[in-house]
Amino acid sequence: MNKTVNQKAWFFVAPVLILVAFNAIVPLMTVVNYSVQETFGDNVFFWAGLRWFEEILRSPRFHDALGRQLFFTGTILAIEVPLGVIIALAMPRKGPWVSVCLVLMAMPLLIPWNVVGAMWNIFGLPELGLLGKTLNTIGFDYNYTRQPGDAWFTLILMDVWHWTSLVVLLAYAGLVSIPDAYYQAARIDGASSWAIFRYIQLPKMKRVLTIAVLLRFMDSFNIYTEPSVLTGGGPGNSTTLLSIDLVKIALGQFDLGPAAAMSLIYFLVILLFSWIFYTAMTRGEEQ
Amino acid sequence: MARITLKNLKHAYMPNPVNDEDWALKELNLDWDDGGAYALLGPSGCGKTTLLNLISGLLTPSHGSILFDDHDVTGLPPEQRKIAQVFQFPVVYDTMTVYDNLAFPLRNRGVDETTVNKRVLEVAEMNDLTATLGNRASGLTADGKQKISLGRGLVRTDVNAILFDEPLTVIDPHLKFQLRSKLKELHTRVPNTMIYVTHDQTEAITFADKVVVMNVGEVVQVGTPKELFEEPHHTFVGHFIGSPGMNVLDCEVKNGHAYIAGKRIATANKASAKAGKSEIGVRPEFVKFAGRGLEARVVKVSDAGRFSVVEADSAGGRVRLLVDEGGTIPPDTAHLEFDPAATRIYTNGWLAGREGQP
Amino acid sequence: MALELKNVAKKVGADVHIHPTDLTFEPGSFNILLGTTLAGKTTLMQMMAGLEKPTSGEVWFDGRNVTGTAVQKRNVSMVYQQFINYPNMSVFDNIASPLRVARLPDQEIQSRVGEMAELMRISAMLDRRPSELSGGQQQRTAMARALVKDSDLILLDEPLANLDFKLREEMRDELPRLFAERNCVVVYATTEPTEALLLGGQTAAMHEGRVVDLGPTAQIYRHPSGLESAKVFSEPPINLASASVKSGWVLLDEGVSWKADKGLADGTYTIGIRPHHVSPVRQSSKSVVVEGKVKVAELTGSESIIHFHAHDHPWVSLSHGVHPFETGRFARFYADMSKCFYFDSGGHLVDLSSAGKAA
Repeated sequence: MNKTVNQKAWFFVAPVLILVAFNAIVPLMTVVNYSVQETFGDNVFFWAGLRWFEEILRSPRFHDALGRQLFFTGTILAIEVPLGVIIALAMPRKGPWVSVCLVLMAMPLLIPWNVVGAMWNIFGLPELGLLGKTLNTIGFDYNYTRQPGDAWFTLILMDVWHWTSLVVLLAYAGLVSIPDAYYQAARIDGASSWAIFRYIQLPKMKRVLTIAVLLRFMDSFNIYTEPSVLTGGGPGNSTTLLSIDLVKIALGQFDLGPAAAMSLIYFLVILLFSWIFYTAMTRGEEQ
Repeated sequence: MARITLKNLKHAYMPNPVNDEDWALKELNLDWDDGGAYALLGPSGCGKTTLLNLISGLLTPSHGSILFDDHDVTGLPPEQRKIAQVFQFPVVYDTMTVYDNLAFPLRNRGVDETTVNKRVLEVAEMNDLTATLGNRASGLTADGKQKISLGRGLVRTDVNAILFDEPLTVIDPHLKFQLRSKLKELHTRVPNTMIYVTHDQTEAITFADKVVVMNVGEVVQVGTPKELFEEPHHTFVGHFIGSPGMNVLDCEVKNGHAYIAGKRIATANKASAKAGKSEIGVRPEFVKFAGRGLEARVVKVSDAGRFSVVEADSAGGRVRLLVDEGGTIPPDTAHLEFDPAATRIYTNGWLAGREGQP
Repeated sequence: MALELKNVAKKVGADVHIHPTDLTFEPGSFNILLGTTLAGKTTLMQMMAGLEKPTSGEVWFDGRNVTGTAVQKRNVSMVYQQFINYPNMSVFDNIASPLRVARLPDQEIQSRVGEMAELMRISAMLDRRPSELSGGQQQRTAMARALVKDSDLILLDEPLANLDFKLREEMRDELPRLFAERNCVVVYATTEPTEALLLGGQTAAMHEGRVVDLGPTAQIYRHPSGLESAKVFSEPPINLASASVKSGWVLLDEGVSWKADKGLADGTYTIGIRPHHVSPVRQSSKSVVVEGKVKVAELTGSESIIHFHAHDHPWVSLSHGVHPFETGRFARFYADMSKCFYFDSGGHLVDLSSAGKAA
């Protein structure tokens, strides 16, 4: 709907524009600047061209981090989306328990992320944590600070615990909007529960699930706080995801040039994947 | 195909109904023949959808029983009652083609593909869907989707009754007419009992063999369209059926005859001995301008195309009558003549001599 | 205070929603937009209100160009098909809201709301919430809110479509009374020809984004200017057949023929005859016989609507009395061709100015 044009609106938007420019665009430009320069600090710059970009893209360290990141994102998506849908299907749609379930589901999302990391850090401690101690008592040799496998296990478990609720809430919203008549008609048609899921619930949830997947994809690709607090990227660099690696380069080694280049590559990678994902999932909608 | 019997059926949505208003459906007893077309007609909130849901099994009645062919189905869920239902808005499986939609109920019941194919093609032909069988169901217009919904009910051979819950609500008005006559045509071709819920009296009386008129949870009258039109048992039925509805005029009763402003009005029935408000009911179709009769003053003329609706004020109240295209309408004062065979006395709303009997 | 649309058109991308249209509505008039669902009635009304900007052309009100003016600045009220009310405000507050926005003194608000509630017969509901009211009462609240403003332009977009059949009839009777005293322009959109006829006033028949006919309602019903107008304005749908005229005789594909009126030139035409001029009972000696196979007979208490196929061509007959034809039976129908319309190959009505054309 076209509204009639009103110039006054720009005055209201100006302060926000200035703020966003200051906080986002200027720093972004700074990063771009750094990515094509070489510097040792003290504001001394040498033009480096695309050298940093070539270096990063060729470095095995970057490939490893990217590989780990893809593995992480792929795994959590494969677990969280179906699990979220299953839980949403199990939640009641009417009655007094609805609010209770919704609150329970929302709770993990409310906890500050570094607290989540800290919680699981302690939770998994082999001698002191409830999880760690229990697993060791049962007979598993579990120590996430020493064994990469265990570190991954804990990392993924933490993310699933933290973020499945988001998928649940979105899927639930989609489910609840399906009118009763569809279920009634399906019952009358003699459809099994699986058929109801496949032909009624899943198609109607498609749009919300697209949003859920996209959100989880972007967030998990960006993830920093929880794994950093949980494992710090270790043991060794077995759980060093892209963001953790980037911080190590930028703040640990103070290689600002390569770090800036890596930031940009990181940014573009997320953009590319998100676009592919989104196009793939909404392609069907055009019909 | 089944006889449907409703015995002492009553329903309330709240757990402990106390007085009359708490019951969504007050006690009723109905008997429907196999293969007939029935309509449940009434304004919003009259209980017709509740009744439909009780018959389909989506609701369990608080009281009373429902029998299909003398089997008590009151406790059975919809899947086991062998009914089909078409809802107010089209319910189709978006991801499937039209063919698969129609085949769905049969495939769920394990019917072999050859039979499925035969039935689907038959039903598609009946519903003019043959050309779209390969298309995705989501791409059809609202009336096409309703035809699919209907088709899913027709494709099964074990259906006791097909229930329609105001199925033409979302259909475009110019397509409503076609779909309406298609439903009627289908009724002549298939043996299933059909029960149709609506608030639109035109839909009800063109479709049904028998109409159940309801108001505030009660059945007011059951009859063929002709009976309901010619002899309404209650002024509500007279008002609700027919467009415009029946004229209801105040009158006095003396010695069993009706008088308006001292003038004797000839009626088909005699006034009963019961005390109460007396009224005369006569449909606009049976009122004419004449040389003598009840005096009235023409107040408004509405041109409805093939006839005009004339409103005239008389001593008994406002009278509406229909004048065919091209007929003469007196400009001011006139006399109205009522066809005696179609004029009746009503006491407290009920046809005199039939108080309280639907 | 007339509303004028000058060459107003609306295009969205490559689709033309409204073709260039000129319309003038006088104050105190009741104007009906009649057409099927996608004819463009809502789009046109939105442009009149200022909710949408036309892609070309201008909207003038009271001699001023208001095309660029925001809807809030124009004195417009609109009533929708869905009963739109503020759900968390009482009926009184709902009706009072436009007056409060205009910062009228409380006492005046009180009296005007009271008057309007009286007029709409909802005085007893003033302190209830819309969710507690029935459909008809909710719609009356919405209408009260639209009318209390005393706007210069009142737009009603199929306001009765979501109401029960009988309620619709009752409200239809009340509508003219509501607008009788006012000097505003009223525009009412509907899809039902019968409703347009009963409301009277002036009608603009619309089809696919074009106004195909404009004039007093009863007049364009009886003398549609073209094929589209006749189609829009018929319920049940008008019977159409292609005909050729040669040497003074009209011949239909169905093998039916009759003597042509003088003044009808040779050529191909489409004839349109309304269902109530086709009857199973011979009405006049001049009636033309059309025979066909009955598909379905719909019987109301007093009339019969019979669908039949003559030479695989669908026809509809509407007549008094109950004629219970069985499906599949061959039957004879009599069409009063003196009442039919002749449309030339361009779809325009051929005006046979002979005396007998008083359809």
